[in-house]
Amino acid sequence: MIMEGSRGASTQRPVLGTPGSSSATTMSLTKAEKTIILSMWGKISTQADAVGTQALERLFASYPQTKTYFPHFDLRPGSAHLRTHGAKVAAALGDAVKSIDNIAGALSKLSEMHAYVLRVDPVNFKLLSHCLLVTVASHFPADFTADAHTAWDKFLSIVSCVLTEKYR
Amino acid sequence: MGFLTAEEKGLVNGLWGKVNVDEVGGEALGRLLVVYPWTQRFFQSFGDLSSADAIMGNSKVKAHGKKVLNSFSDGLKNIDDLKGAFAKLSELHCDKLHVDPENFRLLGNVLVCVLAHHFGHEFNPQVQAAFQKVVAGVASALAHRYH
Repeated sequence: MIMEGSRGASTQRPVLGTPGSSSATTMSLTKAEKTIILSMWGKISTQADAVGTQALERLFASYPQTKTYFPHFDLRPGSAHLRTHGAKVAAALGDAVKSIDNIAGALSKLSEMHAYVLRVDPVNFKLLSHCLLVTVASHFPADFTADAHTAWDKFLSIVSCVLTEKYR
Repeated sequence: MGFLTAEEKGLVNGLWGKVNVDEVGGEALGRLLVVYPWTQRFFQSFGDLSSADAIMGNSKVKAHGKKVLNSFSDGLKNIDDLKGAFAKLSELHCDKLHVDPENFRLLGNVLVCVLAHHFGHEFNPQVQAAFQKVVAGVASALAHRYH
């Protein structure tokens, strides 16, 4: 029998069907995880544009194939295109945080855009999520505990799911 | 040019020289078990894994993390022949340990997060890119003998 390490009381999973739980097919954040995200976002938001921009820089450096989605951009570090796009990414994450109990609702338009216009292959959401995690870890060392690492990884997974849920 | 460019080797070795391999090993393995709890399936004999604190403080986790990362560190010395360097370990992970190679990719990325956490701005996009190549190479080498 495979035994999973059980979580303590502070990380109880939400019961399906209760307010705050999302559909049965996606994972959802616990109360403790939402608290971590909200409080860290308070700090991150003061440097949101820089965080978004750096995450993109990391994405293009580590995974050069992702540049194929931006043939029309100047992707050199420091470029205006990168800064503008990084700010957009950060703003979208901010929207998701502000509506953390209804991320699908908050990102509905963005989800449609990715499905019908941008059509970024789903594998790339994992890559950008990882680069966002690395950026947050390097900028906020005191806050990036193992629990925070988990919360952010889950949050970014949920955002990625929402952005690809209308693909087909 | 081998697996890494001369510049990338410089970036990797430059940072790795400052890494406390034992400590980072424990941290990386601990975070793997916390962030991706299904990975605990391989460690049922490790005792208390019931919370993040329990996992991060668990002495068996730390000891095993140390072992894993020292092995990774040895592999770095053979960066141009990772498949050769990890051949025996690859067979072990397949035949005896029955570990899905996806776990090597997960651990590699957790290691990158831990390095970013420790080194902050020094772990810049270029350094990260070099390390992503390394962890991908090690994961691939460990999966190479699977059958």
